[in-house]
Amino acid sequence: MIRVVLPLHLARLAQSEREVRLDVTGQATQRSLLDALEARYPALRGTIRDHVTQERRSLVRFFACEQDLSHEPPDAPLPEAVATGTEPFMVVGAMAGG
Amino acid sequence: MSAVRVLVGTRKGAFILTADGKRERWDVSGPHFPGWEIYHMKGSPADPDRLYASQSSGWFGQVIQRSNDGGATWAAVGNQFTYDGPTGTHLWYDGTPHPWEFARVWHLEPSLTDPDTVYAGVEDAGLFRSTDGGQTWQELPALRMHESSGAWAPGAGGMCLHTIVQDPREPGRLFVAISAAGAFRSDDAGETWRPVNRGLHSKEIPNPTAEVGHCVHRIAMHPSRPNVLFMQKHWDVMRSDDAGESWLEVSGNLPSDFGFPIDVHAHEPETIYVVPIKSDSEHYPPEGMLRMYRSRTGGNEWEALTKGLPQKDCYVNVLRDAMAVDSLDSCGVYFGTTGGQVYASANAGDSWAPIVRDLPPVLSVEVQTLP
Repeated sequence: MIRVVLPLHLARLAQSEREVRLDVTGQATQRSLLDALEARYPALRGTIRDHVTQERRSLVRFFACEQDLSHEPPDAPLPEAVATGTEPFMVVGAMAGG
Repeated sequence: MSAVRVLVGTRKGAFILTADGKRERWDVSGPHFPGWEIYHMKGSPADPDRLYASQSSGWFGQVIQRSNDGGATWAAVGNQFTYDGPTGTHLWYDGTPHPWEFARVWHLEPSLTDPDTVYAGVEDAGLFRSTDGGQTWQELPALRMHESSGAWAPGAGGMCLHTIVQDPREPGRLFVAISAAGAFRSDDAGETWRPVNRGLHSKEIPNPTAEVGHCVHRIAMHPSRPNVLFMQKHWDVMRSDDAGESWLEVSGNLPSDFGFPIDVHAHEPETIYVVPIKSDSEHYPPEGMLRMYRSRTGGNEWEALTKGLPQKDCYVNVLRDAMAVDSLDSCGVYFGTTGGQVYASANAGDSWAPIVRDLPPVLSVEVQTLP
């Protein structure tokens, strides 16, 4: 079970709590986590990563364990603490005005 | 008793304003989708309970929302807008080729007859259509692949397809407008397109009478006379009596012929409305006086409508999608400002009152007349 913390706007869009818990099959990576997230909350498709290229949207960041994982390869294993649910994987709207 | 529902899109959410046919007391609902830009909301002419909204943000991209109950509840539907085939390039601001990139949906135009069919005008300029209530979107690519598209260039707001007009008598006929490419017409439901810009004169482009490159801001049509079109261009108010084959300037005595929206009275096809703006860089009313201008002669002769509108120190703008009319008798006229006011007139513009004064900047206003 992986804990994912969503930004307020995406939690509203998904009609979910800010923190959601996902079962991820196979190795826990950004890709497998986001696949599971989008499968459970289809409204989030296209809002975190591009529909076609699957690239992270430029003003979305991924934080966990006090690290910025945004530039990690999508198939790299997530930190053990995230994979075991000890620490949450945080989807964050980048600090920007608007 | 009849009622009206005013759909207001703002920089930070959507608002729904409702009143009975007297249009005196208003209920305000919102913000819906707080914090998101709502470029446009519009109801289906075939089913007024079916609404569509374009919701977007710089962080999280494009979302399309649909309501089946007049805006009481909403559900996100499909948001995948993928250009069909090679995307090619258009001109960038510096004159270099730039690949087509989807940014957002500027305008949603539901079919006149089918609640599940809706068109979307997007930036970078393209026309999409959904026939399943917004769940999936398919591009009508012939427009973007028009032989002139390599020379299209963005206006200051981006290269957006912002206007979609359907001919109620010829279901295959569509008009669209793109900033800054111009107006285009299809007679075969979007399979083929041709520019319809003859008569436009834009001194901001190298050839002022070029076939494409004009910054058309808005086109309006009265459904009883679909061959008559009215246009607010970057500069100039224009009129066509032959479905866009040719245009004549009808700016007449306007204090400025720069502006964004244009609309037609619901019951008088020769009565049209514009909001003059000082210039292409000073986006506020001339002399700080917010004046709607009305022509009852299809252009050229204009009268200022000022009663109830601020006549000093007013420096707001009215954007291209931020004016609409209802079809009650007498015709109601509505517009929203970048200062967050939505003004309504229940007497065809003779007098005005704000419905709300302090919304976020208003991007769009649409009106539904309900039984």
